[in-house]
Amino acid sequence: MTEEMSGAEMVIRALADQGVQHLFGYPGGAVLPIYDAIFAQKKVQHILVRHEQGAVHAAEGYARSTGKVGCVLVTSGPGATNAVTGLTDALMDSIPIVCITGQVPTHLIGNDAFQEADTVGITRPCTKHNYLVKRIEDLPGVLHEAFHIAASGRPGPVVVDIPKDIQFAKGIYSKPKTFPHTGYKPRIKGDIEKIKQAIDLMAHAKRPLFYTGGGVINSGNAASDLLRELVKLTGYPITSTLMGLGAFPAADPQWMGMLGMHGTLEANMAMHDCDVMICIGARFDDRITGRVDAFSPGSKKIHVDIDPSSINKNIHVDVPIVGDCANVLEDMVRLWRTGAIHPDKKALGDWWKQVDKWRGRKSLAYRPSNEVIKPQYAIQRLYELTKDRDTYITTEVGQHQMWAAQFYGFQEPNRWMTSGGLGTMGYGLPSSVGVQLAHPKSLVVDIAGEASVLMTMQELSTAVQYRLPIKIFILNNRYMGMVRQWQELLHGGRYSESYSEALPDFVKLAEAYHAYGIRCEKPGDLDHAIREMIDVDKPVLFDCVVDPKENCFPMIPSGRAHNEMILGDAAESLDSAITEEGKMLV
Amino acid sequence: MSETEHAKHLSLITVVTTGTPMVIEQIKNQLDRLVPVHRVVDMTLLGGSIERELAMVKIKGSGEHRVEALRLADAFRARVIDATTESFVFEITGKSDKIDQFVELMLPLGLVEVSRTGIAAIARGPEGMSAR
Ligand SMILES: Cc1ncc(C[n+]2csc(CCOP(=O)(O)OP(=O)(O)O)c2C)c(N)n1
Ligand SMILES: [Mg+2]
Repeated sequence: MTEEMSGAEMVIRALADQGVQHLFGYPGGAVLPIYDAIFAQKKVQHILVRHEQGAVHAAEGYARSTGKVGCVLVTSGPGATNAVTGLTDALMDSIPIVCITGQVPTHLIGNDAFQEADTVGITRPCTKHNYLVKRIEDLPGVLHEAFHIAASGRPGPVVVDIPKDIQFAKGIYSKPKTFPHTGYKPRIKGDIEKIKQAIDLMAHAKRPLFYTGGGVINSGNAASDLLRELVKLTGYPITSTLMGLGAFPAADPQWMGMLGMHGTLEANMAMHDCDVMICIGARFDDRITGRVDAFSPGSKKIHVDIDPSSINKNIHVDVPIVGDCANVLEDMVRLWRTGAIHPDKKALGDWWKQVDKWRGRKSLAYRPSNEVIKPQYAIQRLYELTKDRDTYITTEVGQHQMWAAQFYGFQEPNRWMTSGGLGTMGYGLPSSVGVQLAHPKSLVVDIAGEASVLMTMQELSTAVQYRLPIKIFILNNRYMGMVRQWQELLHGGRYSESYSEALPDFVKLAEAYHAYGIRCEKPGDLDHAIREMIDVDKPVLFDCVVDPKENCFPMIPSGRAHNEMILGDAAESLDSAITEEGKMLV
Repeated sequence: MSETEHAKHLSLITVVTTGTPMVIEQIKNQLDRLVPVHRVVDMTLLGGSIERELAMVKIKGSGEHRVEALRLADAFRARVIDATTESFVFEITGKSDKIDQFVELMLPLGLVEVSRTGIAAIARGPEGMSAR
């Protein structure tokens, strides 16, 4: 299987050999040979985006909703720098991406040549790994290794920077069996002794809790299935991070809702009061832990993660297990089934009673209205009208994102695409483009904010070009709502620059893009309008005009502990509840 | 740092740092996470590692200072690797504090500049790093 061809042809051939069907890209001088190679074949379809950031987010949506590697092609200089936000986003959320960047010819590198940027230098801190290919002999090996590294272990983005002369150079292509980086061997199988310790702790727990994250989704469907099995077997309550939603069904009685800054009261109180915490594929980040020294003070902690650097980073754990979630969960399920395990029924009964008491506080409750559309209500209606369909949800960043996480019930993994780690406004629209390409028959909805969506609005043009009927459901509160909320609660109501002045007419904007626009202003019209949105076989911009002043609760203010959560009704006394120190935190 | 095993395309890199045990653990894990890194070994935890630095020390002077510099160099087992009628370059290897001390003594004797490598470390005993 060795053939002579140009570097540019090798790129496309390697993508095809890796099973890539869609390549999100934008042309430019330094990648023209690769665009020539694209022109000459049919296996890899190129999707022309409108901005390179959009290309990476689209690839992320594609990857997150399929479990495959998302693939991007951009030119040198501005093409590469425009991709940086997307790459950082993918790194923070562990999304497998291969991004090919063009580079000026090798003899011009370092010359301040036209459209030269130090791409490997710039992307080193925002990729899992990157390469500058300086010899045609190295190209096939590097391309295939890039896919291997992006997808294996803790997934992430990989950049392959290819100078133009290497794209023209002829060489021998083959699909290698081994890779140059022999030292790269992610640990898949967990240490069985540690897993036994974990099972022992779990078996004797009086107030146990599963705390799961995006690692379970990344580990594949088997991990979600095994998680469900283990949670059922144990009968313990389970919560999850933003990134982990869908690994366990939200409709299940053992589900406690999301935890963290805008998580449910029951999830956060259970985190605080549990005696055994079983963390699977989550990383104890600051949105989850709140005040670190008050984080779950009385619990023994088990932590399963494929990345050793995630363990003992923020929170000391008692039983660290390095391994792939599915692998470790399989061992756990087996040990639980075969061990002589007699959980403390009385203690567990009391624990569930306590959990139900917390649930009784109905921490997600909001005051309904017949006059204005409450954003929470809009998500609830969207959920009710789409839950029986084959639906995928993406989001932008802000209050709408948190309401989506709180009120849209995810039952399956890979159905929820959101920017968690980086919190990138503008993620959702291009991400939904990628999701829709991967799932042409499914319903794909971007739950958006009016400010976020303007950051990557141009990708609507991509959706129109490829006839991707994505639905952009804008919770339009005329504010950068999350900013306004923090200003209200932490900065004395001084709404500095957070009002979305001079908004476009989204219906006319949709029409200008040859898409379909809908505006809805009254709760009574909402169901009908959502149905219309679903039925239109076109990209839709849905301007859902909602209450501009609604806040997202519950909320753990920065610098506070889990049991110091603020509920909707308590909002008025909030100002005094936030410490000076808390204001310093982001 | 340069390649130390050409056939295997390997280099042995010494990193010197300080931190609490949790921070050191994190540094090791972050290094290990880099794709080109084969193995990270904590020489301090291992104990009994050997650490050396090499420095080249240039001094300029005449008369008594020159003589004194040569005498001290001899005491520190530093070698003369370049000489003119008004200068010397000494080569010295050893632990960092020995080099610090030597440089300090050269200061009043006409020290011009120093070029030093930083620490290179290796474990004692028969085992190589790949066996650890
Ligand atoms: C690229 C980027 N810039 C700034 C921010 C900070 N930020 C977080 S939420 C937010 C407001 C989002 O407003 P909107 O999209 O209208 O959503 P809402 O909170 O109103 O639902 C801002 C500015 C961010 N997350 N991303
Ligand atoms: Mg808004």
